[in-house]
Amino acid sequence: MDHTAVHIPPRFPPTMKTFLAIIPFLAFTSLHAALDEPVKALTAIEREGRGNEAAGAAWKQVVAAGPAALPAVLAATGTSGPVADNWLRLAGDAIVDAAIRAKQPLPLAELESFLKDTTHAAAARQLAFDLLGQADAARANAIEPSLIADPVQDLRRGAVQRLIAEAKTKSGDDAKAAYARALDAVRDEDQTRTIADELKKLGVNVDLPRHFGFLMKWNVIGPFDNTDRKGFDGVFPPEEKISLDTEYDGKGRKVKWQPFESRDEYGKLDFNKPLGMQKEVTAYAVTTFDSPSERAAELRLGCKNGWKVWLNGEFLFGRDEYHRGQQMDQYKLPCRLKKGANTVLVKCCQNEQKEEWTVEWEFQLRVCDAAGTAILAAK
Amino acid sequence: MKQLRTLAFALTAISLQAVASDWPQFRGPDSKGVSPDASIPAKPKIDWTAPLPGRGLASPIIVGEKVFVTCSSGPKQERLHLICFNAADGAKTWERQLRATGRTMSHPKTSIAACTPCSDGQRVFALWSCNDLAAFDLDGNLLWTRGLTVDYQNASNSLGMASSPIVIGETLVTVIENDSESYSLGIDVKTGRNLWKIDRPKAANWTSPVPWRADAKSPPIVILQSSKGLLAVDPTTGSRLWEYTEGASTTSSSVVAAGVIYSPSNGITALTPRSDGAAPDQLWRAKQITPATISPIILGDRLFSINSAGVIATADIKTGDSKWKLRLTGPFSGSPVGAGQRLVVVSEKGLVQVVDVAAPEGAVLGKLQLLLKQENKELVLSTPALSGKHIFIRADNALWRLGE
Repeated sequence: MDHTAVHIPPRFPPTMKTFLAIIPFLAFTSLHAALDEPVKALTAIEREGRGNEAAGAAWKQVVAAGPAALPAVLAATGTSGPVADNWLRLAGDAIVDAAIRAKQPLPLAELESFLKDTTHAAAARQLAFDLLGQADAARANAIEPSLIADPVQDLRRGAVQRLIAEAKTKSGDDAKAAYARALDAVRDEDQTRTIADELKKLGVNVDLPRHFGFLMKWNVIGPFDNTDRKGFDGVFPPEEKISLDTEYDGKGRKVKWQPFESRDEYGKLDFNKPLGMQKEVTAYAVTTFDSPSERAAELRLGCKNGWKVWLNGEFLFGRDEYHRGQQMDQYKLPCRLKKGANTVLVKCCQNEQKEEWTVEWEFQLRVCDAAGTAILAAK
Repeated sequence: MKQLRTLAFALTAISLQAVASDWPQFRGPDSKGVSPDASIPAKPKIDWTAPLPGRGLASPIIVGEKVFVTCSSGPKQERLHLICFNAADGAKTWERQLRATGRTMSHPKTSIAACTPCSDGQRVFALWSCNDLAAFDLDGNLLWTRGLTVDYQNASNSLGMASSPIVIGETLVTVIENDSESYSLGIDVKTGRNLWKIDRPKAANWTSPVPWRADAKSPPIVILQSSKGLLAVDPTTGSRLWEYTEGASTTSSSVVAAGVIYSPSNGITALTPRSDGAAPDQLWRAKQITPATISPIILGDRLFSINSAGVIATADIKTGDSKWKLRLTGPFSGSPVGAGQRLVVVSEKGLVQVVDVAAPEGAVLGKLQLLLKQENKELVLSTPALSGKHIFIRADNALWRLGE
């Protein structure tokens, strides 16, 4: 595919391409062993800065080792959490920066090879791509289109943007086909919106809930009390047992479960619709997700009210922030789906604020993998 | 030996001179918004412009000949940049990049690079709205990094955070306040580990801590501001020293001059802390001064505050009595900074305005329109920095140095 025809601005400025083009990889095996301890110190940091003293000294050792330390840095990335990854990322950043200034060769082929091996951790491959871009922008730009189906969401983005740019140069069925290819690959909301809008102009409607994996069919119950925001910590019957046929004492009246299906293309479940516009109230929504297999997944939530989420009775996370904003994938909740029926329970609290912008009492929730690819229910 | 002593004295003198010109944190030395030895050009011109790789409203800080700026970039502002420029010519000296470990959602007008970095002269500490905090030496070597939302998982604000950290002695003080999990940390500058952690009101708060000391010989304490009021804390231990509970702004920060705290509380309230742990004495309260989101400053014997209509109001710092008012061309998000008898403030649309506060009714001496990128809806939301005869201003796409 000739991407030059669509005049896509390069993701990286063209720097260092002369002396960093193809460089023999340095022998680093013995050095790799010498770096075991310092790299281990970078991955051994714990909460609240525990381990920082050792990591600070280790960081200097790793950086001092120069480009030969990059394989060890990459191998350790993604093994100990995002803060350790930043220690390693900053070491890689400093090593490449120093090498460029010193006109020192960098193991670009190995960086590229590491990037292309999808068995490596997502964070490590992302770092490999960033370091490649830092060292040789042209080389990274040349690789980018090949990442169109990458399992790492962020690595796909540039390739998708190229497809969108290419599609914009076409018309009619050619444009439809080009946007359809982009739609297959796209995972980010903003790019998906662009593609869906363009396809709509071409007479093609995109099933966004299906594309993203939003859960649309729920049973809802409420209102329960949230006076003085105490309902967030309060435990109401749905948190103890899901019994769709049982009636409970709610806030000022008896309440029972009722089915409710979202019609929103971003899967928003608006409690104001089935329960009426109320303040200082709590409600619940429950649904069953039939997973085709036992697997790792993410429940991704958007919500501007206080909320809690449980999967199969296990509490995943909750947050008592009200009306500060909502967006798709605002919160990513890693989880493990079991094969077959999985129960997803969402608690959504509305507070006392009366301003016009505090009317919303809603959430959106989707099931996807770590790359943002929808996991669709088996039935 | 004599030559060595002479050299050492000369180097010390140079070093002290550099320190005196520093603008080490949000609103400069002691968070006053005033540089004791800088001068503001009456009719500023652009000396140089340096491109920035990402968005931000964090102010630049200046340490010696280095200017430090933070940015955020990427589709979700997940890339965090700290960049060091040469103050003399705007050349990039180094750049470090990390990835957000906390939430990067914010109101579209603000960004993840909202908290101004700070420095103790040896290290630079960069904090972003996602609560990633990193310390570097002045040459870009990482000293330590923390993910405060990794440590405390509900500490975030979906509108974005903005409180800027400050260094007091060996303690870096951060204010992480929001609706869900609020706290303030005293962090060891050398190791990045907690010296103390105190709970704070569960409410969104974008104000920055300020240092206060009874006199030149007394150790400084830190004043934390929130919707509840003010809390004075010993920066070495986190001990609560006194509290003022009559409420305060969550956007406009207090300023200290000659031991008096001028707080955006019920207008502006001037407070004199006591030594017995009781609430501070109220010197005066001026309800008619409404600082909105902008922090007041003190120049000489007057307080200056800009309201949401872009009117700068002045008050006598001894009595709170109003002096003149002057309408500037707003709107403003950044706060004014001052030196000598001049203030400089930059509107959101990039209009730099220099105000002569010695003029009988105040007067705008000079204006300069910065060229912003309209296609990016670029705004200047930051507070300027001062050093020597220069003004440093940043927006989403550029850092400028203005001079005579």
